[in-house]
Amino acid sequence: MNKPMDNVAEVQISGRRLAGLVRLIAEHRVAAVIIFLMVFPFLAPYKALAIDVLIYGLFALGFNMVFGYLGVLSFGHAAFFGAGAYATGIAMVHFGVPWMPAIFVGVLMSGLTAAIMGAMAIRTRGIYFAMVTLALAQCVYYIIYHMEEYSGGEDGLTGVSVRTVDFGIATVDMMQDPMGKYYIMLAFTAVAIFLFSRILNSPFGAVLEAIRENENRARACGYNVLLTKWVTFVLSGLFCGLAGALSAIHLSVVPIEYLHYHQSGLAVMMALLGGMGTFFGPFIGAMAFLMLEDAITLMTTHWQLFLGAIFMIFVLFFPRGIWGSFLHWISR
Amino acid sequence: MRHDKGKTRRTTVSRRDVLKSAAAGAVVLGTSPFSFNIARAAGDPIKIGFPVPLTGPYGSEAKEQARCAQMAVDEFNAAGGMNGRMAELLVRDDKLKSGEAAKRAQELIENDGVHFVSGSLSASVQLAVNTICKDRGIPYVSISQSDAINEEKHFSKYTFHEAMNPHMTAGAVGRYVFPRENKRVAFLIADYAYGHEMARGFKRAGEEFGIEVVAEVKHPLATKDYSTFLPRIQAAKPDVLCLCNFGYDQMNSLKQATNFGMKERMRMVAPALLYNQRRAGGADAYSGVVGGTNFYWGIEDTVPTAKAFNDAYRKLNDGSPPSDYGAYGYAGVGGLLKAVSAAGTTDADAVVAALENLKYDLYKGQQYYRQCDHQSVQPVYIIESKDAGDQADEYDVFNVVYEETADEKMLRTCGELGHG
Amino acid sequence: MSGITPDLLALQLFTGLALGSVFVLLAVGLSLIFGLLTVVNFAHGAFYMVGAYVGVFLLGLTGNFWISLVFAPILVGTLGLAVERFLVRPLYGRGIDYPLLLTFGLGLVLVELVRILYGLEGVPFDTPPLLRGAVDIGIGYFPLYRLFLIAVTALLVLALWLFIERTSYGLIIRAGARDPEIVRVLGVDISRVWLIVFAIGTGVAGLAGILSAPMRSVIPDMGSTVLVEAFVVTVVGGMGSLIGAVVAGLLVGVVVAFTSLFWPDFSDLSMFVLMAAVLLIRPQGLFGQKGLMG
Repeated sequence: MNKPMDNVAEVQISGRRLAGLVRLIAEHRVAAVIIFLMVFPFLAPYKALAIDVLIYGLFALGFNMVFGYLGVLSFGHAAFFGAGAYATGIAMVHFGVPWMPAIFVGVLMSGLTAAIMGAMAIRTRGIYFAMVTLALAQCVYYIIYHMEEYSGGEDGLTGVSVRTVDFGIATVDMMQDPMGKYYIMLAFTAVAIFLFSRILNSPFGAVLEAIRENENRARACGYNVLLTKWVTFVLSGLFCGLAGALSAIHLSVVPIEYLHYHQSGLAVMMALLGGMGTFFGPFIGAMAFLMLEDAITLMTTHWQLFLGAIFMIFVLFFPRGIWGSFLHWISR
Repeated sequence: MRHDKGKTRRTTVSRRDVLKSAAAGAVVLGTSPFSFNIARAAGDPIKIGFPVPLTGPYGSEAKEQARCAQMAVDEFNAAGGMNGRMAELLVRDDKLKSGEAAKRAQELIENDGVHFVSGSLSASVQLAVNTICKDRGIPYVSISQSDAINEEKHFSKYTFHEAMNPHMTAGAVGRYVFPRENKRVAFLIADYAYGHEMARGFKRAGEEFGIEVVAEVKHPLATKDYSTFLPRIQAAKPDVLCLCNFGYDQMNSLKQATNFGMKERMRMVAPALLYNQRRAGGADAYSGVVGGTNFYWGIEDTVPTAKAFNDAYRKLNDGSPPSDYGAYGYAGVGGLLKAVSAAGTTDADAVVAALENLKYDLYKGQQYYRQCDHQSVQPVYIIESKDAGDQADEYDVFNVVYEETADEKMLRTCGELGHG
Repeated sequence: MSGITPDLLALQLFTGLALGSVFVLLAVGLSLIFGLLTVVNFAHGAFYMVGAYVGVFLLGLTGNFWISLVFAPILVGTLGLAVERFLVRPLYGRGIDYPLLLTFGLGLVLVELVRILYGLEGVPFDTPPLLRGAVDIGIGYFPLYRLFLIAVTALLVLALWLFIERTSYGLIIRAGARDPEIVRVLGVDISRVWLIVFAIGTGVAGLAGILSAPMRSVIPDMGSTVLVEAFVVTVVGGMGSLIGAVVAGLLVGVVVAFTSLFWPDFSDLSMFVLMAAVLLIRPQGLFGQKGLMG
């Protein structure tokens, strides 16, 4: 696994101005991401895509906590995204919960899902961890699929519509004002990014790093490795659950494919493309992936050919991902 | 709530009109040079968003849908449009995923300012597109089969369903097959809404003829191997086996049932027998299978509009005839444009009213939208797949054995669907 | 449940074993490559699909199913050779993730290339005339073709076992899987061994593809579920164990057959439940060596 390249210490001080800028960004990484995301809708081809970038950026960020920082590959993160989306949607559609508490329900449910899955899977390692998480995520898929009365089964859950959001001073029409919707979504994302950064900078983050570097040494130092891994898994699930919850509100529907293992694969691809184990990487990966896919889809129906080729090129020549390679190049 | 929504909508439309007119004029200018003057005079083209799964397993059907929808648009424009105002089709790839479709539908509405949406090729995708469109007051003509979209839960005044629904298709096939065969009937049902809807349609039709259900075997959607489901059906010794599944599920289950030698012992029946699937699956697997369809090019001998549609399509596609899903694309967009012409405006409510009053015959005989659920009432054709030896050419794959004429009796009642 | 007779149960068991042999066929190539190279070949399903399409191509060329059956796996194996040499080899020693991700991308590319060449809607592939129809096996009718498949799978597994356990080449392969460094020190060109193993693994995937063509529709997406099924079988059996793949394949087949009969809603979930259960109780799989994949 790569080291977190954008830690301040990792960026070697060089005479280059660019490196100085990167250092500045790395020091204020939360502010940097948020400022960028505030401008982003003006750069994106359309607002619904910009919102998707927020959602999938958050998803990849959460996934990266396990993949990049803990150093284990999970194929089960679709379950957290899906659980978040479905719990939010079901709370709204079937129990009349207002959207904001419903998001909270979604995040909690995905955290619970992660707690259960994590408790079962965390002892396995390597490829077996990937396979156990895949199998458990498939179980979540079938459970929700067969809760047809609540989830809509194959048809998905429809009618998760938030029409207006009233702030007292201003009202956002979510159906007609995608820009307003974007900034509401950004508010949630910004809080999540801030929390994510705080977790990494906390003593807990240090233990995480110690485990990735050398699990046995960390254990010898007296850290409870299993517990730390489990907590990380649950935290990761919470972030992915928030992404799912926001997605339910963004699209007004919860499709069953959110629980498919392809959704887990998407997180892996985005994290890899952007640079796993880097703070900005997953977001950049999600952005690059979605915008590239969108652009290629409009040009050709054979977008998978390009997607696959780009993927192979990255694995062969840029294993650090976009952001990781950039940092590496800067700090040479 | 609804009142409020109508108000905001009107304001956005006018803003959109102002913003987009210049760019839109340029687009029309670019795509069809002959409409140069007219387009400039009339400004904003009539925009129809068309999300279909161009990639994914039903990509060839989706391309047909898009091709034929474009034909309908071209014919409309060649005839002078709506008082000179041209139409434009914006095709998007929904990848057969409802999440992608919901995003694309939002893009079409917020970015491209489409006036109407048609398209989709899956029950779940059309419900997602329908949600997006009805929340935003955009009329949506679905061209994918589903019973659910007729129901009060999903319905809105902006929702129209051009495709047949599984209830009417399965019912028509049942009414043709059951009196002609013995009464022991088995079902192989894909375990999702569409599969159950077909089974319900069959059973409802079967009551009349006193069928005896001897086996009902469910299989998960997209199953590849059916061997474990077939012994149970064989053991029940049915006379008729109804395959309540779709597309590749149907093809795989037919292929494997044929391998099990089941065709020699029972009549195979499949509600939605697809032209492309039959050609891809081969004559062997399908021969003797009876099913229903909205359209097969062979009806041109008796239906004049089918002849016209086929000829126009053949001219553009090296002599190959159009397919069933292609015809849906043609009718969905063609009917919509007829309503636009009748309304003389792109205003959503006016076009909805025009669609409700529309009587149209575009490719298969008379059709109209039922008032309560906006389901298109239309004839259902019963077809039987040919043996390889009986085919005159590669396109000649079915015999049309029966036509059930358009009648609301085929549909579930408005009350049953929850429309008060 | 009504209508459950002893004959039906027996037939269901037999069907399960037959389905199990299909699973074995699907999994063996994946298991081989993983066990000996520790490469998780995510393009396995794509190689399977390519096998079916090469079969279609050869059948169109020669009109003979048996010639296609022999040459399709060889051609797919040759493709595998090239993939190992130019794409996978640079990634050895960089952990398990990178070959996995590379082959994932490769799978997308292969599927799309076939879409471009053969279109989206699939191509017909009929059962060879000699193997058509069903035979009465005493407890009910069973397709002749599936009986043929059982025989082919048995022969294939036997041949692979003999190759790995009884030939000097197999000895090198086994030694290389244990400790590539020592083998290299002993003067054996280990990279050539890996090349050949990869080719055999992909060739077997291709064989599974052409053998499946008469039963399943030949479409570009046909490999997507196969990958997952093959994984489940490989993981349950223990990665890299030939005997494990056989036992697990048959086990999964029987489990699927009986859930299909009694609890059809969950017939496709059952294999995942089985996998989760096996992994939680015995993380290395039924026949896997402990510590192989630490």
